[in-house]
Amino acid sequence: MKQFTELFIKIDETTKTNEKVEALVAYFNEASDADKLWTIAIFCGRNPKKITKTNELKRWAAEAAAIPFWLFDETYHIVGDLSETISSILPDYDSSVTQTLAETIEAFELALGKSEEEKQAFITAVWKTMNRHERFVYNKLTSGSFRMGVSQQLLIKALARYTGLDQNKIAHRLTGKWDPHNLTFHELLYAENSADDASRPYPFYLAYALDMEPEMLGEITYWQLEYKWDGIRVQLIKRNEEMYLWSRGEELITEKFPELHLLALNLPDGTVIDGELVPMQNNQVKPFNELQTRIGRKNITKSIMQKVPVAIIAYDLLEFAYEDQRMQPLCNRRTILQQLVNQLKQPVLLLSEVVEPQGWQELAALRLNSRDNGSEGVMLKHKQSAYGVGRKRGEWWKWKTDPMTIDAVLIYAQSGHGRRAGLYTDYTFAVRDEGQKLVPFAKAYSGLTNKEIEQVDAWIKKHTIEKFGPVRSVIPELVFEIGFEGINFSSRHKSGIAVRFPRVIRWRKDKKASEADTLQQLKSLIKSP
Amino acid sequence: MALIEFTDKGMYCPQADVYIDPWRAVNKALITHGHSDHARYGSAAYFTHHQNVPIIKRRLGNIEVTGFNYEETILINGVTFSFHPAGHVLGSSQIRVEYKGEVWVASGDYKTEADGVCEPFTPVKCHTFITESTFGLPVFNWSSQKHIMDEINHWWQSNVNNGKASVIFAYSLGKAQRILCNINAEIGPVYVHGAVAEMNEACAEAGLLLPPYQKVTAGLAKDDFRKALIIAPSSANNTPWMKKFEPYATAVASGWMALRGARRWQAADKGFVLSDHADWPSLNQAVAETGAENIIATHGYTEAFANWLTEKGYNARMVQTGFVGEQMKQEEEKTVV
Repeated sequence: MKQFTELFIKIDETTKTNEKVEALVAYFNEASDADKLWTIAIFCGRNPKKITKTNELKRWAAEAAAIPFWLFDETYHIVGDLSETISSILPDYDSSVTQTLAETIEAFELALGKSEEEKQAFITAVWKTMNRHERFVYNKLTSGSFRMGVSQQLLIKALARYTGLDQNKIAHRLTGKWDPHNLTFHELLYAENSADDASRPYPFYLAYALDMEPEMLGEITYWQLEYKWDGIRVQLIKRNEEMYLWSRGEELITEKFPELHLLALNLPDGTVIDGELVPMQNNQVKPFNELQTRIGRKNITKSIMQKVPVAIIAYDLLEFAYEDQRMQPLCNRRTILQQLVNQLKQPVLLLSEVVEPQGWQELAALRLNSRDNGSEGVMLKHKQSAYGVGRKRGEWWKWKTDPMTIDAVLIYAQSGHGRRAGLYTDYTFAVRDEGQKLVPFAKAYSGLTNKEIEQVDAWIKKHTIEKFGPVRSVIPELVFEIGFEGINFSSRHKSGIAVRFPRVIRWRKDKKASEADTLQQLKSLIKSP
Repeated sequence: MALIEFTDKGMYCPQADVYIDPWRAVNKALITHGHSDHARYGSAAYFTHHQNVPIIKRRLGNIEVTGFNYEETILINGVTFSFHPAGHVLGSSQIRVEYKGEVWVASGDYKTEADGVCEPFTPVKCHTFITESTFGLPVFNWSSQKHIMDEINHWWQSNVNNGKASVIFAYSLGKAQRILCNINAEIGPVYVHGAVAEMNEACAEAGLLLPPYQKVTAGLAKDDFRKALIIAPSSANNTPWMKKFEPYATAVASGWMALRGARRWQAADKGFVLSDHADWPSLNQAVAETGAENIIATHGYTEAFANWLTEKGYNARMVQTGFVGEQMKQEEEKTVV
């Protein structure tokens, strides 16, 4: 635990990738295999479960610090991070921690099964054996969500340096459904044919947004051009007569889409397809928010399957006849994919259409109109490109349509978390309805510069109407241009609409609240069905 | 009629017709210390501790000011005023106000740990205590000054080993002198920004004995800074002034560095939790030691602190004032020369 805490502090104190990698490599050199395994698991998001509800945990901490609950809560809102609040509110005890990271997690998981009283006694006792830093890291580890400024790619880089293994190989081994309870560090990185191999997906290859004129990319005929669909990026795997569907978030979502199961019968064994899962009706791709109503459900009923039918649009072929195809040029992979999908003739598995405009200008026009068919822009993939790992520049580009925009008024602000703790950075925006009432329609974390964030924060503090816990309502005066990727009617929102990926484009200092756009103007952006 | 009232000009004693730290121009102003939210321009006559005189003269220009010793009494229309050490910065005072046996104390800003620069804080018995509460939340628990200075020394030394200059951002009045007086000068030379030099000179004039330091001037070469610690106000960060120190590491010395979010928001490599304000335990201790029944919190987390004290049985309330305490973003104070 001490080593891991030191690692955390080192990583937390720097923004330089190289220093982070060095800290990780130094840690791997020292830590035991069991600790290394848990460290990897934690960085891959496989941390232990939460011990209790957040409110209970706050109550335990308040009791341990001998302060009233409201004072703890007030403090938490200002600090913006529960783990940090708990760690700083208790005295900075001299550390008497002797357990390793793996032992600490084991003891914690044992306590998970106990009664609430026993859990409280356990956690309170642990807190008192730790200094402030250890307690902070411990709380982070056990709060069910652990993020610490280390991307998977950074971890992979460090592991490659430590083990001498190839980065792509490590990336592949870290994907899928491995569990730190059931295997060792060596099995994770070196063992062949482990039981999970059959379901293991490949790391997804991601594109950067195009940030130059497309003419810079050379001959248009070198590029495979497709629409960019807005759904769930998935990998469809069929191995050993079993089918697996993985989301890009590395979640196994096979059970959520029973209508895709018949593909298991038809797909040849040893096939992996990369594609987009989209809501689809009468050959028309539907807006993403229809899919959202389905994702959250535990039980997939017949009626929901009829209401929101889905299909996979196949982009790429990663494995065929149990052969890894990723190093093959895209045009070869595309040929096999095309044959495969055409032979199958399954309405739930479609081929991503390749468009062949005459020149870059025509592609630009296609992109401008891409919302008409429900897509959000175009993809440019070099025909000779391999299927890489992670996000890379050069061979794959996404060229999305410009966002739709509306000028809206800031009405609520909430203090941010992490780096933005103590600053009001989470904003709610509204537009006026016919009765001139301000109706909130979007929440956005800032898209402003640091300087603007500080200015808006100072403004908010001086123009607060009311405080509700961490939220302040403010005088409706500031106008911001809000951009979003899609808009649709929604019965779940007060405004009657839902926008996709809202964000602040800029602060319209030149506009007064009375000059902001209206709900009617907002609704007029919705494409008629 | 209360002994001290809160008006739109500041804390006012009607019986004596004087103000304490007024934020608008008045006839008679008693000043707790030299920071710009407490010592403001425009009043006809200023009264303050004698060590604060050269400081506010630098900041406010040619003003009419009288200096007093600690505990020396001033009698105005039956009201007795006296200055008592607040331990905040050089010449900082709590102001005691007594009339017909009733005693109020206005704390100004204070810290209870002795810092080796200014006269340490002394608790003053009173019926009503007007207190700051800049860090009035239970997450603020300072480590000892020695511990923090060890951290700064360690950081400075490791920068020296890596061939980097060390630039530390701190308030030019208070923290700058505190760092200068308490770091290990054997590690390397100490340089200061012009604004810090200005305050150093004022403090020297007030009788403070400062260890050797040099002002950063145009004539110095890059090589002069390889082992140096440079003390500067945070407004100097990301300005061309910094260029001559390259390569360098930066640090911020502020109580706000206790918050990870604030630490990461700062565009500095390191944050040291060093404050000239009282932390949560010291605020509570200070309140207890006054023996006061009535507590008025004037700036900082006033609402939380007043509610907490109310629950503990005090008659506590908060008042909106023009004081700001230590700021997350340090706006450097203008010096009138």
